[in-house]
Amino acid sequence: MSTFDNPFDPNRGLHAGGCSCGQHVSEADHQAAQLQAQSAIESEQKRYEGVVASAVMRAMFPQDVARRAFLKSVGAATAAAALSQFFPLKTATEAFAQGGPLEKKDLKVGFIPITCATPIIMAAPMGFYSKNGLNVEVIKTAGWAVIRDKTLNKEYDAAHMLSPMPLAITMGAGSNPIPYTMPAVENINGQAITLSVKHKDKRDPKSWKGFKFAVPFDYSMHNYLLRYYLAEHGLDPDTDVQIRAVPPPEMVANLRADNIDGFLGPDPMNQRAVFDGAGFIHILTKDIWEGHPCCAFAASKEFVTTMPNTYGALLKSIIEATAYAHKAENRKEIANAIAPANYLNQPPIVLEQILTGTFADGLGNIVTQPNRVDFDPFPWQSFAVWIMTQMKRWGQIKGDIDYAGIAAQVYLATDATRLMKEAGLTPPTTTTKSFSVMGKNFDPAKPEEYLNSFKIRKAS
Amino acid sequence: MTSSLRFRAAVVSIVLLAAFLGIWHLATRPTSAATNMSPEYAKLMGLTATQGKSAMPGPLDVGAKLWEHLRQPFYDNGPNDKGLGIQLGYSIARVGLGYLLAVMVAIPLGFLIGMSPLISKALDPFIQVLKPISPLAWMPLALYTIKDSSISAIFVIFICSVWPMLLNTAFGVASVRKEWINVARTLEVGTVRRAFTVILPAAAPTILTGMRISIGIAWLVIVAAEMLVGGTGIGYFVWNEWNNLSITNVIIAILMIGIVGMLLDQILARFTRMVTFPE
Repeated sequence: MSTFDNPFDPNRGLHAGGCSCGQHVSEADHQAAQLQAQSAIESEQKRYEGVVASAVMRAMFPQDVARRAFLKSVGAATAAAALSQFFPLKTATEAFAQGGPLEKKDLKVGFIPITCATPIIMAAPMGFYSKNGLNVEVIKTAGWAVIRDKTLNKEYDAAHMLSPMPLAITMGAGSNPIPYTMPAVENINGQAITLSVKHKDKRDPKSWKGFKFAVPFDYSMHNYLLRYYLAEHGLDPDTDVQIRAVPPPEMVANLRADNIDGFLGPDPMNQRAVFDGAGFIHILTKDIWEGHPCCAFAASKEFVTTMPNTYGALLKSIIEATAYAHKAENRKEIANAIAPANYLNQPPIVLEQILTGTFADGLGNIVTQPNRVDFDPFPWQSFAVWIMTQMKRWGQIKGDIDYAGIAAQVYLATDATRLMKEAGLTPPTTTTKSFSVMGKNFDPAKPEEYLNSFKIRKAS
Repeated sequence: MTSSLRFRAAVVSIVLLAAFLGIWHLATRPTSAATNMSPEYAKLMGLTATQGKSAMPGPLDVGAKLWEHLRQPFYDNGPNDKGLGIQLGYSIARVGLGYLLAVMVAIPLGFLIGMSPLISKALDPFIQVLKPISPLAWMPLALYTIKDSSISAIFVIFICSVWPMLLNTAFGVASVRKEWINVARTLEVGTVRRAFTVILPAAAPTILTGMRISIGIAWLVIVAAEMLVGGTGIGYFVWNEWNNLSITNVIIAILMIGIVGMLLDQILARFTRMVTFPE
């Protein structure tokens, strides 16, 4: 259900069928139609008009069924005419299309020195920010809580965050509720479970009872994926093992000092543990959930609404950088651009192994997994729904949750869609997709059923 | 006699240092190199894994790295990579500012408390409660209310260096010999003049001792505060190098912190000697 399909069409399918938008028999047909539609667009102006009109239409009738009833009774043309009575569609379209002057050119963006931040970081040395007229300083920050506080108190205009953080901040879990947005995902995949070299022979998770694990933050994909992985193997993450929040560099040091048995952490720390001979990579998170989101680009709702043009330019830079990072042939160049002390401060060979996906696993093998880490900016709202099911599963949030509502409010898929198009990419035409985690299918439309299907969960 | 003592002490110091460096060097010697590792695999691994290099750097590694830093103390490669000199400069400036604010508050207030038993009794409970609070406990509160990390860092320096100065000033003022004050009274010296010409010189050594303790605490705190808020300063440098797992640079930073702390203390010690009078 993208902003780009026509909400004035009363016969548009509501449920996903053969393709991602549900209007075609197969994905191939869908893409062909998509291409045709693309070339049929006469002008930018026309396209923006469609976008704005459909956004307004959706805002007035958020329920598909109600909109359909309305359209059926009055007809699409009348509906559009009626709409423009209340809302100056022309002006809104112009404002949206032209972008207008930047409200602020000098921006500060905070990041944590891990490979997940690659697009945010590389956009500075590789000129993606300056191309869009921005002068962005990327500032290394000491931890997730600090990055949260510094964005909340406006020292940073926007920041690198873990994808569950904007949801947690918006819902007020672990901090005061403040409307937050996540217009782009930074990276997908890119994490791993690393174990101490002394556990070389304990490859079966069932033998991990009593292990001590580290994750970087409570509200992180790392925490949810580790818990998920353990629970699927019959271990209760709250009683059978210990999971602590530990800053990534201390994970490697603790692994070497035998204080922890393993961690599910961000790179470069997994590869660094191998590089330093302290650990081995047990499993990449892409093998738990292929294409899972990890880190994100986040900004407060206030920034998005008070500086729309700056926000647009910033997001565009990030999306362009992400698109560049997605291409395998650029990865070596990126590794060298972000290795210096000003950015990640790591040996280039470590970053190269992570980004190119040809790496030493710590057990004596050279593994090739080209999409060990990948970059895809589209903030699927179903990712947010999955994250919220896990937050509830482990007792971080309680009660009835408006999964789809919060997801749509925080994961700004429409902005990403527009800017991806401008950057010459083909964004998906829906905002939700189903996927499977360790072979178990997730239907974003039925979060509670999914949640209830787990045997191991925190009793609440 | 004294010069010979000084000479012997220097010799013992050097011997101790040499012994320390020697043991350090021996303890961090590489163990046997890893065998049966394919060359392609070895290329992807670090020296610790391939050549059995100790995870802890030896004195020679630290020395080489230190020389590198000292040759270029003021380079600036963007917001996250600045020379050691610049980082130390930021920290010293923060400490200086917070400390100066503390002096401006603590000495007048300490004077007041020392001269007036009423105010002394009235403020005592507050001081007793606020004094033992760890400076870092103030940090989240400061960040949250001040909403600016570098001002928060300065505030934390201020709040933790104010107490020793305040208490020492109050104590010094209160324990000025009664005879001297009585003499001043007999000569009909006014309160203000009495404070400046009698009490201040008499209490100066105690006040300066308080200031000396305070600068030490301020320097202790700045490193921790900067590690927490990040950005610039020697504390941030330590955190950044720790993030890179570069123990060599962490050791160098520790050495630098120690040296600067010693210099700050020596400066205050010299002032103390200047105002101390033989009885």
